[in-house]
Amino acid sequence: MAQKLPKKDVAIIGLGWTGSILAHELTDEGLDVIAIERGPWRDAPTDFPTTYVQDELRYRIRHELFLRPEQMTFTFRNRMDQQALPIRTWGAFMPMTGVGGGGVHWNAETFRFLPSDFVLKTHLTQRYGAKFLPEDMTIQDYGVTYDDLEPHYDRFEYLCGTSGTAGNLKGQIVEGGNPFEGPRSRPYPTPAQEQPFSYTLFAKAARELGYKPFPQPSGNLSQAYENPLGVRLGPCTYCGFCEWFGCGNYSKASPQTTILPALVRKSNFAYRTECEVTRINLDGSGKRATGVTFVDTSGEEWEQPADLVILAAFSVFNVQLLLLSGVGKPYDPVANQGVIGRNFTHQTISQAIGFFDKDKFNFNPFIASGSIGMCIDEFNGDNFDHGPLGFVGGGYMGQVQTNGRPIQTNRVPPGTPAWGAKWKSGVRDNYLSTVIPGTGVHGSFYSYRDVYLDLDQLYKDRFGRPLMRMTIDFHDNEIKQNAYLTDKFAEIIKAMGAKEVVKEPRKAPYDVTQYQTTHLCGGAIMGTDPSTSAINRYLQSWDVPNLFIMGASAFPQNAGYNPTGTVAALAYWSAEAIKTQYLKNPGPLVHA
Amino acid sequence: MREPRAGRIAGAAIASLILASSLVGAGRAQMGKVGTSLDPQNFGQIERGRYLAITGDCASCHTVPESNQPFAGGRPIETPFGVVVGANITPDPETGIGDWSDELFVRALREGKGHDGQLLYPAMPYPYYTKLTESDALAIRAYLNTVKPVRNAVVSNKLPFPFDVREGMAAWNALYFKSGEFKPDSAKSAEWNRGAYLVEGLGHCGACHTPKTTLGGDDRGQALQGYALQGWFAPNITNDSERGLGGWSIADIVGYLKNGHNMTTASTGIMAEEITLSSSHMTDADLTAIATYLKDLPGQTARPPQAVSASDPRMAAGGAVYVDECSACHGMDGKGVPFLFPSLAGSPNVRSADPASLIRVLIEGARSVATAGEPTGPGMPSFAWKLSDDQAAAVLTYIRNSWGASAPAVDPGQVAQARARAAMASGR
Repeated sequence: MAQKLPKKDVAIIGLGWTGSILAHELTDEGLDVIAIERGPWRDAPTDFPTTYVQDELRYRIRHELFLRPEQMTFTFRNRMDQQALPIRTWGAFMPMTGVGGGGVHWNAETFRFLPSDFVLKTHLTQRYGAKFLPEDMTIQDYGVTYDDLEPHYDRFEYLCGTSGTAGNLKGQIVEGGNPFEGPRSRPYPTPAQEQPFSYTLFAKAARELGYKPFPQPSGNLSQAYENPLGVRLGPCTYCGFCEWFGCGNYSKASPQTTILPALVRKSNFAYRTECEVTRINLDGSGKRATGVTFVDTSGEEWEQPADLVILAAFSVFNVQLLLLSGVGKPYDPVANQGVIGRNFTHQTISQAIGFFDKDKFNFNPFIASGSIGMCIDEFNGDNFDHGPLGFVGGGYMGQVQTNGRPIQTNRVPPGTPAWGAKWKSGVRDNYLSTVIPGTGVHGSFYSYRDVYLDLDQLYKDRFGRPLMRMTIDFHDNEIKQNAYLTDKFAEIIKAMGAKEVVKEPRKAPYDVTQYQTTHLCGGAIMGTDPSTSAINRYLQSWDVPNLFIMGASAFPQNAGYNPTGTVAALAYWSAEAIKTQYLKNPGPLVHA
Repeated sequence: MREPRAGRIAGAAIASLILASSLVGAGRAQMGKVGTSLDPQNFGQIERGRYLAITGDCASCHTVPESNQPFAGGRPIETPFGVVVGANITPDPETGIGDWSDELFVRALREGKGHDGQLLYPAMPYPYYTKLTESDALAIRAYLNTVKPVRNAVVSNKLPFPFDVREGMAAWNALYFKSGEFKPDSAKSAEWNRGAYLVEGLGHCGACHTPKTTLGGDDRGQALQGYALQGWFAPNITNDSERGLGGWSIADIVGYLKNGHNMTTASTGIMAEEITLSSSHMTDADLTAIATYLKDLPGQTARPPQAVSASDPRMAAGGAVYVDECSACHGMDGKGVPFLFPSLAGSPNVRSADPASLIRVLIEGARSVATAGEPTGPGMPSFAWKLSDDQAAAVLTYIRNSWGASAPAVDPGQVAQARARAAMASGR
C-alpha cells in the first residue's frame, strides 16, 4: 500500500529538458511543484568533471550515463507477424536516466523544424495530391504552426545561448545562414562556432556545387553567455567528447547549465531523485488525474497527489506510462483505432565516408564539438520537388563529425584487414585524413499504420508489468529517400577532394543494434482530432485534461532535424497555455 | 555529526564560546532585571536588528546549517585550540537568552561577559562587536526577541585543558581586547566611516583576514593583510596593489560581496558561506561603504619577490600541465571567463605569499558560491588523483610566476600536506 504524501499543485514526471522548463514556468506562477526523477542527481563539476569525463570506454562503450536495460527495457520486432524480443543492450537509441535527461548527453544540435513540417499532411496533399502518399502512411498536421512556436523556439535558443547564423530574419534571407528556415524574430544569441578544416572544406565543396551551406546551430557555445535567468555558460573547447558525455566545461547547454541553478533556489520547487513513477493515478471517472505513484530505491511505494500532472519523461517512457496507467485508448493497428502508441517514428540516418590523401589533408578530427558542422538544407522536408522522385521527406546533410575518439572513430578504407598489423597501419595512415560525418544525412521518418507501440503480453518488467513492445521497420519511402540523399551527400564528399568515398545508406530492416540517433518520436501525438491524437495542440490529454504530455512523443511524424529545439518550443508553448488559460479555468483547452 | 563551522573566528580564537553556556543546568543566579524590556511593537527597531544580525552573520555560529531552528545553537566551531559550540540565543528562558536583561545582552556583545560576568571566549567576536553602538546592539536584541524560542541546551565549552579555564581569558583580554565604541573620523566621509564601522565592528572581517599572534590575538600592525586558517588563506583585503585589492574597483568589491563573483574572481570555502548568509543580503550602500573603507587601507606594499625563472624546469613542467589540464577553462592567457572561471592572471590570491588556498582548490576541487545575483555556482573538479605532488607543485609554481606575476615556488611537500589534511577532513 502506497504511503500518501502531502498534496502538491503540480507533479512533474522526469527532470530533463521539458520537466525543468515546466517546473521553472509553473513555479514562476507561484505553484508548488515537485519533480520526480527516476535517475540520480547529476551536476557538471561533480558528475562530469573535466578530469575524467573524456573516457570513451566508460561513457560510450559501457553506457555510463544511461538507463540499464535490467532496470527497464522494451521488446522489439520489425513486423506485426513476428515475436518481439527484449532489448538487452541499447543500440539504435540510448535512453537516458537521471537529472537533465537527454539534455546531458545530447550533441546540442538545436534546429527548428520547417514551417511546412507542422502542416505536413496538408502541404504534401496540396502540392502532390493525396495519391502521391503511400497508402499506409499516417502523417498528420501538428495542430500548431511554425508561427505559433516561433516565440518559444526563440525562448529556448536564448535560454541555451545557441550559436548559429540566422538565414531568415523576419522574412529577409541572410547570407551565410539557412535560407530555407522559417523566419526568426531575431538573430541567434551567439555567433556560430568556429569551423575547423574538414567542415569548411565541406562548405566550400557544397557552395561550388550550387548549395547554400550554413553552420549547424549549436548548443556548444562559441563564446561565454549569460542567459535570461542569470545562468552562465562558457565557450566550447572543442574537446570532442560531447554526445554520450556530460560537459564539465559549462559549454554545452543542458538543464544543469541553463535552468537548474535558478530553479533549485526556488522555495516552491522540490525534487525527488531515484524515484520511479510507476503510475499516473486517475479518479473513479478516469477523466481526472489525482497524482502519481512512485517507487523509491528501497522499493517503498509512495503516492504523490497533485492537481496537475506533467508527463515529461523520454518519449517512449511517456507512452509506456500512459499505457500502464490506462490513460487514453491504446492504439490498435488492425482496427486502426485508439491513440496511445500510434505514429511511432525514429530517424533515417546514413553517411558517406571520405578517405583523403594523407599527404595533402590533415583534418585533426579530434578538434570537434557535438554540434559543430556545416550543413545544407536543399534536401530537407519539401525544400525540393519530390514529384519526379517517388518519395516524400528528406533531411539536412553535412559534415557534422562530432569527434575523433580512438575506439570508434578509426575507419579504414575497404580492403583493409579488420585486425592485426595491417589494420593498425591502416588506422595510422587514415586517422587524420578521413572524414567520418556520423549522422551526415539526417533524414525524416514518417509515420505508418504498422509502426507503433503497445504492451507486450509475454515479457514483464521488474514490477511484473508488461514491457512495452516496439514494432518498427523502414518503409520503402524512407529507403528511397535515404538512397537519394546519400548519393547527393557522397557527391559533396567527393567534391571535397576525397580519393575514395564509401556510401553507407540506411537499409531495411530496421536494426535495433545499430545506433542512429536517440530521436524516438510519436506514440502520444498531438493533433486536432481526438480519434487520431492523444493530446491537443497545447499538449493536453484529450482524455484527462489535468494531464499535459511533453516531449517528442507528441510528434505525429519526425522531420529531418534533431528534435530537441522543437520539443523545447512545444514545452514553452504548452507552459504558456497552462499559465494563461488552464490555470484560470482548469478544463479542456480545446473542445473537439 | 553536525557540520562543523569552518569558521571565520576559528583562527582568531582561543576558542570560545558564546553567551551563557556553562551555566545551563547549573541554575542561574539572577542579576538585576530579568528578560527584555524592549518594545515588541517597535517594528522599525526589530527590522533594523534583523538586518544587523545578518550583517554580523550571527547565524553562522548560532544556527546549524540546513536546520529549521534559527539561532538555537549547537554548531561545533573548529578552532586551533579545540572545539566550541555556538550557543542557543533564541528567547527560550531556560536554554536560550530569554531571561537575560537587555543590559546583560549588550554587555555580552560588547564586553565579552556572560550572564554572571564570566569571561567569554573570543570565538564570539566581542573584540569587534565592542565597536557597536548601544542602539545597534539593542536592535539586534529586539530582533532576537522575535525568533522562535527553541529549547536546546548547548554545552559550549568543549575545549581541552588549559583552554577550558575561562579565567585565562582575563590575561588575554588585557593583551588583546580594547573595549570601546566606534569613534568616527571626522576627516573622512560618512561613507568611509560607515564602512569602517562595519569592517572593524559588526562585520568582524579581521577575525579571518588579520594575522594572529601565537595566542590568537589580532596582530594590529598587519590588520586585514591576510591570514591562514582551516586550510585556507584568507587573503589580504587592504588596497595593497600586489597582494590585496589594489587592482579591484569599488564596484568589483561590491559585486564580489553581493554575488560571490566578479570579473576575475569566484568565492568558495569560508567566504562563500559568509556571502550566502551575510553580505549577499546587505544593501548596496553598506557594501559600497565597506569597499570605500577597504580601498583606503594602504596595507604594506612590499616589493614582489623575484619571479621563478622561466628556464626553471618546474616552470616548463608546470606549463605543460597547465596547457593540458587548466587552459580549457582558465584560458591560455590565464584570464578565465568573467563571472564563470576565475582569472589566474593578475590575481592577488594566486600570488599570495601563502599558497594554501591555491593548493587546496587544486587538490580538493572547489564549488563557488551560488547567489541570487549569480546563480550558476560553477565548480572545479579535484585534481588530487590526476597530478602527483611534483606536478601539482609545478603547475602552481607556473601559475604564480606567469602573466607578469611573481611568487615563491610551491613545494611538493606543501601539496603532500594539503592531501593529508583533505584525507583527515574526509575521514579517510
